[in-house]
Parts: sequence; C-alpha cells; structure tokens
Amino acid sequence: MPTTTDPHAAAGDGTAAAVPAIRFENVEKRFGDNVVLKDLNFEVAKGDRVTLIGPSGSGKTTILRLVMTLESLSEGYIYIDGEPLTHELRDGKRVARSEKAQKQIRKRIGMVFQQFNLFPNMTVLENIIEAPVHVLGQSKAEATKRAMELLESVGLPGKANAHPLQLSGGQQQRVAIARALAMDPDILLLDEVTSALDPEIVGEVLGILRHIAETTDITMLIVTHEMQFARDVSNRVMMFDGGRVVEEATPDVMFTNPQHERTQAFLHAVLGSGDGHIGTH
Amino acid sequence: MNGLWDWDAAWAVLPELLLAFVQVTLIVTVLSTAIAAVLGLFIAILRMSVPKPIAAVITFIGDFIRMTPIVVQLLFAYWTFLTIEPLTIGIVVFGIHYSTYMAEVYRAGIDSVPTGQWEATTALSMSKRRAWTAVIVPQALRATVPALGNYAISMFKDTPFLLTIGVVEMVRAGLTFGGNNFRYMEAITLAGVIFLLASYPTSLLISRLEKRLAYNY
Ligand SMILES: Nc1ncnc2c1ncn2[C@@H]1O[C@H](COP(=O)(O)OP(=O)(O)OP(=O)(O)O)[C@@H](O)[C@H]1O
Ligand SMILES: [Mg+2]
Repeated sequence: MPTTTDPHAAAGDGTAAAVPAIRFENVEKRFGDNVVLKDLNFEVAKGDRVTLIGPSGSGKTTILRLVMTLESLSEGYIYIDGEPLTHELRDGKRVARSEKAQKQIRKRIGMVFQQFNLFPNMTVLENIIEAPVHVLGQSKAEATKRAMELLESVGLPGKANAHPLQLSGGQQQRVAIARALAMDPDILLLDEVTSALDPEIVGEVLGILRHIAETTDITMLIVTHEMQFARDVSNRVMMFDGGRVVEEATPDVMFTNPQHERTQAFLHAVLGSGDGHIGTH
Repeated sequence: MNGLWDWDAAWAVLPELLLAFVQVTLIVTVLSTAIAAVLGLFIAILRMSVPKPIAAVITFIGDFIRMTPIVVQLLFAYWTFLTIEPLTIGIVVFGIHYSTYMAEVYRAGIDSVPTGQWEATTALSMSKRRAWTAVIVPQALRATVPALGNYAISMFKDTPFLLTIGVVEMVRAGLTFGGNNFRYMEAITLAGVIFLLASYPTSLLISRLEKRLAYNY
C-alpha cells in the first residue's frame, strides 16, 4: 500500500476504479524563466488512450517527460494511480519524494522515444531482457522467453542476436516497443515514435501500436502528428496551447467538429483544408 | 677505446638491458597503466556523481597532479616514504599521475554518450549503478581506448625517470654498464632501439583498434 495517496482520488464513489492512472494537479514547469506549463490540471483514466496534440513548443513532450521523471517538476503534483510521483503534500508543505519511492512508481511506466534510444552496446535480446532481469528480478530464461514472444509480436523473430545499429529505423523502433512492453507497464508513453522514420515504414510501427492498443489495457499517453493514428487508437484527444488544455474531446468530435478557435486553426494547418481527409504528412 | 661503435660491447650490454626492460620497464608500464585505467575511471565517475563543491576539489587535485612534473612527484614520494621500495613508489606514482590524464579521457568519453541513453536507463528504472556499468561505461570506453593506449605508450617512455629514485630500469642499467666498461654509446643506443621496437608496433596496434572500433559493435 502506498503511504500517501491523492487526497482527491478517493472522492466520489470511493472505489479503486475511480482513481485515475495519471493526474496532473496545478502543474507548473519552467525552464529558467520560460514557463512552459502553467496551472495544468488533467486526468487520464485507467485504460484510456489519450492523444496530445498542439503546436510545436506547446509542451507535449514536456508532459510525457514529467511523467517519466526525466524532467523535474517546478510546481504542483503528479499522481500515478493516486500516488504522488515526485512531490507530495506533507504537513501543508510540498516536499520531494524519495528516489526509492519514485522508482517504485516509475517501474510501472514505460516510454518509447522518437530516437529509439536502444543500447548500441547490447544485442536486441540483451536490450529487451536488461530491465526485466536487473530491475524486476526475473530469471534470464524467463525474461528471454518473454522477449522472444515480444519480438515475434513486433514482427522481428529472427533479430534477437542482431545489434541495434544493424537494424533499420523501423526495426529499431519495434525493438524499442518490445523493450518497453517487456516491463509490463501499466502506462505507456509514446512521443512521436514515428517522426524519425521514413514515410513508408511509419505504417508498420503504427500497426504494431494499434495491435497493442487492441489487445491490452495499458493506459497510453500519445504525442503524434499522425492524426489518422490518433483517431484509430485514442478515445480522447487533448489540444494544448500556451501550456494549458485548450480543448478535449473524443477523436470524432475533435477532428470533425472542434469547438475552440485555436483547435480549428491548428487542425486546419495540420490536416490541410478542403476534403476533410485525415492523413499523414 | 676502439672507435665509435663496438659490437662486443653491444652484445655484452644487451642481456642486461633486456633484463631491466622485462623486470622494470615492462612491469611498471603494465601495472601503472592498470592503476591509471581503473583509478582514472573511478575519478571520472566520482566527479560526475558527487555534489559540485566536492567535484571541484577533485578537479583541483587532478589539475595539480597533472601540472607538476612526474620527476618531482617521484622524488617527493621517494623522500616522503623512505621505507617503501622505490620500484613500488614508481609504480604507484606513475599510476596516480596518469590516472589524472585518463580521468579526462574518460570524462570526454562519458560526455560523448548521448543523453538519450541516460533517459532510456531511467525509463527502464535501471539503477544508477547498473546504468553506469551496463550502458554508459561500455559506450564511453569505445571512444577512449585509443587515447588510453597512447597514454600507456607515453608512460612507457617516461619510465627512465625512475632512475632518479634509484630504480634500475633500462637506461640506468645501460649507464651502469657504461660506467664499468667506459662504453656508453652502445648501451644508450640499444636502449633507444628497444623503446622504439616496443612502442612502434603498439601504436600501430592502437590505430588498428581505433579503426575497428569506429565501425559497428
Ligand atoms: N531542456 C530544455 N531546456 C530549455 N527549454 C526547454 C527544454 N525542453 C523543452 N524546452 C522548451 O519548452 C517548450 C516546450 O517544449 P516541448 O518539447 O515540450 O514542446 P512540444 O509540444 O513537444 O513541441 P514539438 O511538437 O515541437 O515536439 C519549448 O518552448 C521548448 O523550447
Ligand atoms: Mg515534442
């Protein structure tokens, strides 16, 4: 049991199901004098697939990096399953949580990066079993068996002993997805995972993510420029601008009938005008 | 005295030089390189893991050691630790002196590892220790092997400084022979040739290694 919990999480019907997977409370993020996120509040329910959209520099990546504890939180709180992630309110004071407490929560969160970030000094298999063995304490045999299944499911059954740099970008990203899944995360963060790929292989990576969305109940927080993908996979879309949530809706509403003027302008710019076709660029 | 070069003298001094080469020069180079390689890595990681003021102190000590001549350090250690065998003093002083250079090399190597690698270790909840040993150091080492090799060669060529603290390394052996037989030319020339024969192939080996490391893993 967590020692501290989100004071608001148990409100309402008081059942565990009501506790959101991710909750931002009055989050502020500054880089020096540059306030990137200000008074940000939002929730992601368990099993939700939420896509973040918004203009460049609106803080989408920063949000994912805050959840992954790759950036420090300037103000406010982030709760994961109701438990404070990096800071908590104790005796009326905002205090940082211990590295140990943070690590316990971090284990349940996985992230796939735009640039893959595979370890080039390890084989594909070693990349995948590294954390299951050394962080989760699985046996090598057990972790290897699971890794092989994952490689199969991302369409790379023969590549276990290859080195990452011998693989194409699309293949590397598929290994990175398998590596993240090997930790059995409750939450998966995807930051423009196809942006570094050639257009013709974007589809295969998106297909795999679609499959994961269909076959698991992992909570997903997705940043993407692939609006069709966002529409297929997510059940909610959040539009960011100026460090705040401008609008949120189901993909159908968001992409066909956006309410806010900023969203309309953004989607117009991204999707182009005219036929209303949602496609990739 | 018969001429500038005497083959008999050359043949007579050669075994003594080779003996000193194996017993001192080679041993000091190998052991001191090992000390410098390990201690240097330790210093580099320590400096990046401790609070800034402590890191500044470590940097200052490192700078101080690098900015003073190794001969002065040898003599200082020799006259400070009178009970310790000069050969041991030599090995330790060389090891520490060069560890400060190697720490710089490692630091550059560690800096050359992209931040994305660190971020991946965080995303996978790896411990700091495991991140260093399984991910960062192996990648940093690739970039540093050639520089480490070159420092090993330069340490090798510095070993004659050991004669200042009475260690009978190759040059000292040659000088002793010269003094006893009034023949210096052969001994000194051969000592130089032995140094060359040992360091030249080593440097070729290093540049080949460098080329191989530049490609794939
Ligand atoms: N490490 C950093 N140091 C300083 N400023 C940063 C840093 N990271 C991000 N920023 C700034 O924070 C703001 C938000 O950046 P972020 O990367 O989150 O935007 P984004 O919405 O992901 O944009 P894009 O669509 O271009 O990826 C930008 O103004 C950026 O310059
Ligand atoms: Mg971004």
